[in-house]
Amino acid sequence: MAENKVDLRLLREIADLEGTPKGAYNIRKNGKLLSRSSNENIEIVTKEDKPGIDIHIKAGTKRQSVHIPVIISETGLDDLVYNDFFIGADCDVVIVAGCGIHNAGTEASKHDGVHTFHIGENSKVQYVEKHYGEGEGTGERIMNPQTVVYLEKGASLQMDTAQLRGVDSTKRYTKVVVKEDAEAVLTERLLTHGRQKATSEMDVILAGRGANGRVISRSVAQDQSEQVFYPRMIGDAAGFGHVQCDSILMGQAKIQSIPAITANDPDAQLIHEAAIGRIAGDQILKLMTLGLTETEAEEEILNGFLR
Amino acid sequence: MLELKGISYQVEDGGKQTDILRGIDLQIADNTFVVITGPNGGGKTTLAKSIMGLVKPTGGQIFWNGQDITDLDITQRAKLGVSYGFQQPPRFKGLRVRDLLELASGRQKLSRDACCSYLNRVGLCAADYVDREMDASLSGGEIKRIEIATILARPEGLLIFDEPEAGIDLWSFAKLTETFRILHGRGKNTIVVISHQERIIDLADEIVMISGGQVQRHGAKAEIMPHLLAETAGTCSFLQPSTCEKKEG
Repeated sequence: MAENKVDLRLLREIADLEGTPKGAYNIRKNGKLLSRSSNENIEIVTKEDKPGIDIHIKAGTKRQSVHIPVIISETGLDDLVYNDFFIGADCDVVIVAGCGIHNAGTEASKHDGVHTFHIGENSKVQYVEKHYGEGEGTGERIMNPQTVVYLEKGASLQMDTAQLRGVDSTKRYTKVVVKEDAEAVLTERLLTHGRQKATSEMDVILAGRGANGRVISRSVAQDQSEQVFYPRMIGDAAGFGHVQCDSILMGQAKIQSIPAITANDPDAQLIHEAAIGRIAGDQILKLMTLGLTETEAEEEILNGFLR
Repeated sequence: MLELKGISYQVEDGGKQTDILRGIDLQIADNTFVVITGPNGGGKTTLAKSIMGLVKPTGGQIFWNGQDITDLDITQRAKLGVSYGFQQPPRFKGLRVRDLLELASGRQKLSRDACCSYLNRVGLCAADYVDREMDASLSGGEIKRIEIATILARPEGLLIFDEPEAGIDLWSFAKLTETFRILHGRGKNTIVVISHQERIIDLADEIVMISGGQVQRHGAKAEIMPHLLAETAGTCSFLQPSTCEKKEG
């Protein structure tokens, strides 16, 4: 499947893959299809009008997974891909996406993934997306993911995104429309270092009575890196929304956190919390009294925070 | 043995020197249970923190098991078996109760049973707590009891508890005194507890009374207890039958 050690490492980092994934998969390398497998319930087809794939998951598909990792090892590549998911009613599936870039050259390598999910009534989807960058080259590693999700009545989405080190520049946009009695829980984890820049913008729209939206963002900015967050929760119906952003600042990093809640329905209940600060001194001291060095204590605190 | 020789600590406050500790000499034999007591602001917490390395004394020396640890940092002291339970323990977003117990024990993987046994000893129903985050969802009393559990998970040596009873309810307090009694009964640890609680003082082999940055009295419980009662009778007593809010002393 994978062609060399770099590919294997990238796939392990972004999709926890040690070999061929179980279930359906589509692996894209340097802008081209590397391998694909559909099955009786999950069909993956190449788009005809633009780069990307359509993934059709039959109604009632339970306990199945789809892996769609993207790996890039070519310097100077600008990869744009559109992936559309059509998930029928009453499904229970796990979707693992993610992008790993190994840039050994001097030119920027870029991946822009545009994902759209149509999640049918009462379906349950866990969507995991990891971004990872590495490589000894000076070329930038850039990722600009866009994710748009439509949750039908009673459906639920648990979306876990992580970008921990290695990506020089990222602009993320996420939009989730939550209909009646549907639920969306978005967990975002981000660590930037060096001179990296990351922006994450989100719109969660509570569009039906009983809609439930929750955004949990945890980020660490080290060195001279910069992060900006714009999580917006919009209550267009009698639903419940909660935005929670916590950030740890290190070195000379900068973070802007601008949560917004908008109620367009008198019965919408919306809460936002945002906190930015350095690691508390007493946390480090406590862990040192347990025998950790200052550096180990800091690592332990960050690992827990970004778990 | 723990030995303090001439421990002093001065701070500068608005250009004025203030003595928090004034040449404290103290010897605590192995496997002894010692309660340090005395009025608020007398220097008890500063002294306990000096032993752990959380405060750097401006004068004096500290010996643990014959080794001069005065210039060792917190981590090095912890590795020599010195442990300290904070009066006001910090919270951690993301770290779970299990993580702290594992870090405290020095073991990578602590069995669920082992975690449960530490938590049960501080009166917590373990199954409800092992995987919980050490964040604001836990009450002050819960955090405090978990803090004590982390000290119970530490390797044997010198266990310092700074007002372990502060902020915990009466039912948990009863469990806590029992835990201290059993811990002392095992005879494997030197236990130093800062406390004002008669029931904890009653467990002690020795009592150290600290006031104004100095050791006012130090001796066997039977010898010191009458003085404590006499000196606090008729005044604002610091020997209290139930927990109340105290500032760090």
